[in-house]
Amino acid sequence: MATSSETPAEPAILAEHLVRRFGDVVAVNDVSFRVEKGEIFGFLGPNGSGKTTVIKMLTGLLPLSGGSARVEGIDVRTDPESVRERIGYMSQNFSLYYDLTVTENLQFYGRIYSLEPARLKRRIEEIVQINGLGPYLNRLSAQLSGGWKQRLALGCAMLHEPKLLFLDEPTAGIDPVARRQLWDLLFELSGQGITFFVTTHYMDEAERCSHVAYIYYGKLIADGTPNSLRELPDVQPTGTLRVEITAPEVTRALRVARHLSGIRSATIFGQSIHALIDDRFNLDDLRQQLLKNGIAVTEIRPLAPSLEDVFVELTYKHQAMQEAARA
Amino acid sequence: MRDIFRGFGAVFYKEVLHVRRDPATLFFSLVIPLLQMVVLGFGIDTNIRQINTVVFNADGRRESRELIDRLRNSDTFHVIRYVENDRDLNNDIIAGRARVGVKIPVDYSDRLLHQMSAQVLVLIDGSDSSVAGQAVNVTTAIGLDESLRRVLQDRAPFAVEMRPKLLFNPDSRSPNFFLPGLTAVLLLNVTTFLTAFSIVREKERGTLEQLFVTPVRPMGLLFGKLLPYLGIGFAELCLILTFMRFVFQVPIHGNVFVLAFLSLPYLFVSLSIGILVSSKANSQSEAIQLAFLTFLPSVFFSGYIFPRETMPTIFYLISYLIPASYYINITRGIILRGAGLSHLWLDGLALYAIGSILLLIAARRFQNKVIMA
Repeated sequence: MATSSETPAEPAILAEHLVRRFGDVVAVNDVSFRVEKGEIFGFLGPNGSGKTTVIKMLTGLLPLSGGSARVEGIDVRTDPESVRERIGYMSQNFSLYYDLTVTENLQFYGRIYSLEPARLKRRIEEIVQINGLGPYLNRLSAQLSGGWKQRLALGCAMLHEPKLLFLDEPTAGIDPVARRQLWDLLFELSGQGITFFVTTHYMDEAERCSHVAYIYYGKLIADGTPNSLRELPDVQPTGTLRVEITAPEVTRALRVARHLSGIRSATIFGQSIHALIDDRFNLDDLRQQLLKNGIAVTEIRPLAPSLEDVFVELTYKHQAMQEAARA
Repeated sequence: MRDIFRGFGAVFYKEVLHVRRDPATLFFSLVIPLLQMVVLGFGIDTNIRQINTVVFNADGRRESRELIDRLRNSDTFHVIRYVENDRDLNNDIIAGRARVGVKIPVDYSDRLLHQMSAQVLVLIDGSDSSVAGQAVNVTTAIGLDESLRRVLQDRAPFAVEMRPKLLFNPDSRSPNFFLPGLTAVLLLNVTTFLTAFSIVREKERGTLEQLFVTPVRPMGLLFGKLLPYLGIGFAELCLILTFMRFVFQVPIHGNVFVLAFLSLPYLFVSLSIGILVSSKANSQSEAIQLAFLTFLPSVFFSGYIFPRETMPTIFYLISYLIPASYYINITRGIILRGAGLSHLWLDGLALYAIGSILLLIAARRFQNKVIMA
């Protein structure tokens, strides 16, 4: 059995050189990563970049064109059924049966995982308690709001006590309160040793993950803790400084700032501008130059790069490399 | 835990819940076919009677009036009008007011009295071939009969007398002919649609995708979905037979259990077609279109409406590939002719063969197209 080689250090997911081709298209190109047990692993990337394909490969739905993957210590190529036994999966459209009640949905998924009646009953009680579904047990799931649908879907995915949960855009389209509550729940569960593989488009959610990876058109271009990514040389090139410029008229200030020499890139963030500048540039000089162009700056201060900055920089770098390779 | 039907019980129970939660669908899938039966059973009469007929009697004497009476008494013709010239006669046919125009010439009675051959012109609208055929046959027969009567005059017996006897449907009732065939079409209709819908709905909802990341095995999922609709198909069959027997008074001469036994493979055939449809269709509207596409050959090439024997060779060969052909032979055989397994085993075998093959193909496609999509 594949599990015989399991060691205490066995990660929750070990993906090595994953490749998936659809005809001539390479949807996933030599992707390797490692997710430790108990991590919240954020998997990011634009739509169509291969996120879902990677999930399908890790859950044994799509055969690998190359490479290998071990999930919870089991090789997905040789024993996808055992993998599915041990994982939970929640898709972005909360795959519930709308014409069944909350209880019936939970019971159905419990039976699918062959939980014996006593255990199923106990698990449903636990799930209902964790997720606060108590008042809605006999309601048709179609009548639940987005946030409650999502909690029910998560409950269905957790019934069989999986140690690893795949959540595909779990917070798409739900309200901020429900989003916050879901993340609180994820932290609590990860504290109990459950591993989460989460895809998302929200950068603030990515910041909450203990480990993030960024996939860009089939290529993994970032992989690490949020802090280690911020310190990558590609993100913070030597000789540059990242600053936040606060000014009353941000849009006009941005137009001006983009034309100043020494400013490498600039973008608006709410009421301020985030800019990457040459570090020979003195912050006071910058303030003077902006004032000369009619921009009265309220504040300029150094700034650590956000994860969004990280992904933007890495994407530019990747594109430049690809163009160089093509030329 | 590696049995290939894993998840069957859970899926089966869930499907039953779906059906119970949505009584409207169940009601319509059971009652609409009965309405179709009512329309076809009461509304359609394939026996051609009372064809609208226009008569131009240029002669007008006793012999000619006798001939007209014979036409009227045949039950085939209904004289709607007498006209006085050829133009009116033609016009009535062109306008569609009459299907048949009879012209008795001026010298009809004279020629008969002089022992000469008298000619009667019968104009028939050929646009409906079954009506035209009946009109030709009956007028020819009346002419022949009239001639014989005049030749034989003294009541000498006919040298040869044909005595046709209609077996199995002595009164030539249309429901007796139509309803057993309709059973095949209705069963196909209901079960194909229900199965295709139950799968396509889960595709649309995204729940199918969810099921594939659980330990459910494809065969467990497939049969869990099929068997509830097999049950509905059987209920439908019982309902149709009850209706046929007690509302339309079609006597069932054969053994109902043999019919049930031979209906089983047919239901599997239509459930498999439902799965094939759902493996191709991604939305319910696509499923409706595809289901109709598979449905039409079963209506036209199965012998339900048009006899298979009179089809051009190519279509006759095609009809052998259509499961409904065998099933209609079975329903008509058991219900009307009182046939048993010893007469129908070949049709039953064909259905079991086609059913198994289709189910295998459907299961494979389900696994490849739906799960790996």
